[in-house]
Amino acid sequence: MTHRSNVNYAVLEDRAKFIRTETVRLTRIAGAGHYSSTFSCAEILAALYYAQMRIEPSDPKWPDRDRFIMSKGHAAIGLYPVLADLGYFDPSELDTYTRLGSNYGDHPDMKKVRGLDFSSGSLGHGLSVGVGMALAGRMQGRDYRTYVMLGDGEISEGQIWEAVISAGHFQLGHLVILLDRNGLSIDGHTEDIMGIEPVHDRFAAFGWDVQRVDGHDLPSVMGAFETLPEGTTGKPQAIVFDTVKGRGVKRMEMSLDWHVGNLVGEDYDEVMAELEAGLQPYEPEPAE
Amino acid sequence: MSTEMQNEAEIFRGTTEGATRFKDHRSVRGTPRAGMPAFVLGEELAELAKTDDRIVVATADLASANRTNDFKDVHPERFFDFGIAEKNMITAAAGMAACGLVPYVATFASFAAILGAEQIRTDCAYPKMPVRVIGTHSGMSMGFYGSSHHALEDLGMLRVMADLTVICATDANHLRAVLRKSVDHPGAMYIRLGRGRDPEVYAEVPELEIGKAIRLREGSDLTLVATGSQVRASLDAAEALAADGVSVRVVDMHTISPLDRAEIESAARETGAIMTVEEHNITGGLGSAVAEVLVDLPRLPFLKHGVPDRYVEVGPPAALYDAYRLDAPGVTAVAREFLKARG
Repeated sequence: MTHRSNVNYAVLEDRAKFIRTETVRLTRIAGAGHYSSTFSCAEILAALYYAQMRIEPSDPKWPDRDRFIMSKGHAAIGLYPVLADLGYFDPSELDTYTRLGSNYGDHPDMKKVRGLDFSSGSLGHGLSVGVGMALAGRMQGRDYRTYVMLGDGEISEGQIWEAVISAGHFQLGHLVILLDRNGLSIDGHTEDIMGIEPVHDRFAAFGWDVQRVDGHDLPSVMGAFETLPEGTTGKPQAIVFDTVKGRGVKRMEMSLDWHVGNLVGEDYDEVMAELEAGLQPYEPEPAE
Repeated sequence: MSTEMQNEAEIFRGTTEGATRFKDHRSVRGTPRAGMPAFVLGEELAELAKTDDRIVVATADLASANRTNDFKDVHPERFFDFGIAEKNMITAAAGMAACGLVPYVATFASFAAILGAEQIRTDCAYPKMPVRVIGTHSGMSMGFYGSSHHALEDLGMLRVMADLTVICATDANHLRAVLRKSVDHPGAMYIRLGRGRDPEVYAEVPELEIGKAIRLREGSDLTLVATGSQVRASLDAAEALAADGVSVRVVDMHTISPLDRAEIESAARETGAIMTVEEHNITGGLGSAVAEVLVDLPRLPFLKHGVPDRYVEVGPPAALYDAYRLDAPGVTAVAREFLKARG
């Protein structure tokens, strides 16, 4: 089901860095952007697009391609550069990011973005889209996988659980949740705002196979991907990626102040330099 | 229990008494039932699907009530019951559509259109997915089941959405025509049905163009612009008014969006007075849509007839149509008052 040769982790690490630096660059064009939600899923996105998914950028409508739905659509700013880099469209188009008439808004539009499998932005919808794509694929005799990236705050939406129930019922073994468990939603820690733990047990109780790995450790991310089963039936697959919101930029890590923001001047330069230096060990703030 | 109420019990789960009849009802699946013409839904889709493998059908635990089980009997591999989870069903249909399928998803209009409104907009209309959301038992046709099960706001809620075709089926043959035309129609559609006992307007499957009204009766003094269940009532009212010496044109405005502006302009120019008739809240539906056209034209006598802007009483459907003057005698009376006031 997947094309996997020897994984070049140096390349994936570099592409994760690229996702972060592009996010900072594009946000400056817009004047505001979702840094921290994108930084938390940078390694997952890099591993998915550069090592895991069966895709053909020269043929974005290829019927047998794996599908990806960015259900947490506010992280599209990190997906656009990947699609451009892979050749779906000219990277220079991103210079129009969010400007009047641009194809590239904060939340992505499948009718405007080549390589985007579905529009998103209203949280809670993407997993249902994935259920439909997985059902369609099985009905049509195709063996592609459908990956859906969910935010952890997002799974408070009731429709997510309608979709979770139905995927278990329909035995969609080729449907994969990628849960970006970065711990924060806009108003605070998810467990303070609307708790989702024990999230592993919750998915499992609805008939899903669940893995939980470090979402910033590329070998762990790839390891989770590599254990996904072949075939289009069986238990649907959830991977809970423990991540750090804002990972890679010290001032943003687990900060509630950077869900949406804009870096300019010296701050911009400092953050770019910090990102270029690569991920440093994560040191959480001591608990108060 | 009246026949009317027995029929209601048959088509709806939830009562012990109904459950017994429900089983009986299931045993006659696929058998045409006199007076229940909208039950052609599953049958017609099954026929269309024989020559088009893109067609899939889904429902939300109402396969018997909306007769999508007639489709399931013929194409079980292309039928999906999502259980009582309408939002998931509508969005999943959009996912299927993104993979080249043409999904028809059916449930009561109150849940399809009102509960599912955001899914229709964001997942079907906005990305131009060819999902056909079918709202059955619309208006107040659920009678004594009450306002939770009525859909008297669906046209108003959905006609304001861009890239969404909104169409009301008039009767069984009209529904067949709508379904046949819908297969290759671009973008998303909302198809509004009655409860399946709508009286006949079309003896045969009509020639249909989506977005073009059907003029059913010529007249020169007044035009009744009607949709859905009110087309038959308006035709009968026109007949009654003819006895008064009033010449009434009747237009089946089946497509609410995009609206046939030219037909309304003709009615204004050629008959000089317009009355809209709909089983919908007087605010936001067909009447409001027609008014949006008329505001650009020279002023003329105009009346919106529908359900007042409040939640309707409980009662058997026929009693409600009588009480809210949405049957032939009611429409006739309202038209007479309108003509009298006009002088």
